[in-house]
Amino acid sequence: MRFYEYESKELFRRHGLPLGRGRVATSGAEAHEIAAEIGGPVVLKSQVLSGGRMKAGAVQFAETPDECPALFDAIMPIEVSGQTARSVLVEEKSPVAQEYFVSVTWDGRRKLPVLLFSDMGGIDIEEVAEKHPDHVSKTHFSTLLPLSPRIAKEAIAATGVGGSTLNRLTPIVFELMQIFLSYDLTLAEINPLARLEDGRFIVLDGHVDLEAEARGQHEALLAELGIGADETRQAREPTEFEIAGRKVNQVDHRGVAGNVVEFDGNLGLVIGAGGGSLTLFDAVRNHGGKPANYCEIGGNPSVGKVCELTKLILAKPGVSKIAVMMNVVSNTRVDIVARGVVKGCIESGKDPSEVISIFRIPGAWEEEGFKILERYGVEYCDRSVSMYEAAGRAVAKLGA
Amino acid sequence: MAGLFIDIVVSDAVQSDAALAKKLEDVCPVNIFRASDVGVAIDESNLDECVLCDLCTEAAPGGGVRIVKLYEA
Amino acid sequence: MSILISQDTRFIVQGITGREAVNLTRENLDYGARIVGGVTPGRAGRDVYGVPVFDCVRDVVAKEGKVEGSVVCVPPNFTRDAVFEAIENGIELIVVVTENVPRKEVAQMVELATLRGARIIGPNCLGLISPGEAKMGGIGGPAANTRQAYMPGNIGVMSRSGGMTTEIASTLTAAGLGQSTCVSIGGDAIIGTTYAELMPHFAADPETHAIAIYSEPGGRMEAELAEWVKANDSRLPIVAFMAGRFMDEMQGMRFGHAGTIVEGKEDTTVEKIERMRAAGISVAERIEEIPALIGKRLEAAS
Repeated sequence: MRFYEYESKELFRRHGLPLGRGRVATSGAEAHEIAAEIGGPVVLKSQVLSGGRMKAGAVQFAETPDECPALFDAIMPIEVSGQTARSVLVEEKSPVAQEYFVSVTWDGRRKLPVLLFSDMGGIDIEEVAEKHPDHVSKTHFSTLLPLSPRIAKEAIAATGVGGSTLNRLTPIVFELMQIFLSYDLTLAEINPLARLEDGRFIVLDGHVDLEAEARGQHEALLAELGIGADETRQAREPTEFEIAGRKVNQVDHRGVAGNVVEFDGNLGLVIGAGGGSLTLFDAVRNHGGKPANYCEIGGNPSVGKVCELTKLILAKPGVSKIAVMMNVVSNTRVDIVARGVVKGCIESGKDPSEVISIFRIPGAWEEEGFKILERYGVEYCDRSVSMYEAAGRAVAKLGA
Repeated sequence: MAGLFIDIVVSDAVQSDAALAKKLEDVCPVNIFRASDVGVAIDESNLDECVLCDLCTEAAPGGGVRIVKLYEA
Repeated sequence: MSILISQDTRFIVQGITGREAVNLTRENLDYGARIVGGVTPGRAGRDVYGVPVFDCVRDVVAKEGKVEGSVVCVPPNFTRDAVFEAIENGIELIVVVTENVPRKEVAQMVELATLRGARIIGPNCLGLISPGEAKMGGIGGPAANTRQAYMPGNIGVMSRSGGMTTEIASTLTAAGLGQSTCVSIGGDAIIGTTYAELMPHFAADPETHAIAIYSEPGGRMEAELAEWVKANDSRLPIVAFMAGRFMDEMQGMRFGHAGTIVEGKEDTTVEKIERMRAAGISVAERIEEIPALIGKRLEAAS
């Protein structure tokens, strides 16, 4: 989950990284007030969870506080990659001599953290790597052995940086590596890290991503930064339907019936598991079907959970039929899922044989599950019908 | 609300057996049984969660507890 | 023949008294696995389906001597320590079932394993099976279901999805193609053993004649496999299935597994398919095409 720039900078501030003066404004008047406090030229930056702000015109400069309210009003409605600003960060504008790039992320192939450093910051790092490979260094480091500043020093020196600049950069880069590991981040980036005309360094822009799985271990930090428990920080905000889906999954601890994502089609999907859902969603679209949702069931969820998920999907406007499909199951039980979806239909006031277009879940306890489906007249198939064919049947039924 | 798929029948002979009631409450993985003042009590809202593990029927030998699959009726 | 596990593999289950672990212990025993002990701290002296429970891995090793493998099935907060314990007690094959382990901890587990010469499969996986011999982990489910989906033969299977491992094996079995070993490698961004790292094992197994893989968006694992294939001029034809093609248009949204997210162009299915095809890997449009594609590749090779 990505942090806004101002949140990332607050984390950096706590670790003593050098930052320009400034804070977040939520109104034009506040922007004016902050600029007056700073007392010089300022930069106003849209707080969105994506790059490309400069290009979109969501970063503006002001010489005096009086210019700030109008710039604030201009920045707020600008969409950057589909997102509008949460607030505007007002910071002092500093005279920059040179920009650097520092980033720490994971390398899934080497299975180690990797530090990327360049003395050509501020521009697209992949472009720098391509055109000026000797100005980018890539340094893997251990998660077990003691972390020491010499790793940062070597990474910086490898791009040809020396003298007092090397000695001033080393502790900053080293601190970022420590922040990366101690908060379970998947990305910690400063770009640009600026050397000012007076020789000081400051973090001009930066952001961090915290691993969703480690959220529980960093609750205190998240609370202090004001990041809410239901903020997913994905590419878009969760819809009401998706928030309701998350609640369904929290009904009890048995298995998963959730990871609901809303789409605008008319075919409800009760599908699983992780890989099976991806496969089935593709299959439905290949047959020309329009899914109303994505979801995942797996890990042998309770009857109650599957029932609630079914009800949620059936209640979505425009959904007249659902397809219940999974790969051959091992630990999830066919009979339990069958009970859950049938019950969900009945509790929604619908006839299972009408609204379930196809039930394709072969595997554990299938004989028992098929008995239930027969009793309620639901069309089902075993593993001799492929996932792709089953999806086709569901789509065809909706068209008929 | 009774189960849509599963019913549990407790015979009159064991209905008021307090020791058995305790045992049933203990073995059932989905909390269908409760030991109450009147002996074996059933939490009907959990009936449909029955996983057919037979731990309850084994705890009450001789047909004291029977699982009825309503979808087979 | 098979890779990594056979009917002689003696292993333990860490966290054996937990709900899922109890299940998989019974399923593995029913399938013929040799489980010599289980570990749950504070529960020494109990047994699970006849498997004695110990407080420490050290105690099992003291009693049984060398143990080849462990299935780690403990909550996420305890996973790293359980894996460290297995490694430091000389266990060389560790299957990590647990989901939601942060990647820093996975990286630490993998680093220690590498230092000590151990191999980790997973996390977030269903384990592995050498059909007709043994299985480690929940792969295939109850023994009867496992026998229905998997049969002994000559195809190696690797999959980032546990469920799809069984779907593919079941499809191969229905077409008369048995499997040598099937590995659910795990769905996380960092995993102990990737496709490319398993390839040398399959290549060294004379009974493996071809490979089927399940892949999805996110990560560089398919690119790594493609490079391995090119660099090693492998005798084994590979047929891949790529799921999650709809995700190419949905940058930054996570679906399915923790490692399944499109963050850059290299994460997309289009790019991965291109890379794999360029390396001579056949890419099936549907699961049910896999057996015929394997047949064609085997015929061409002979």
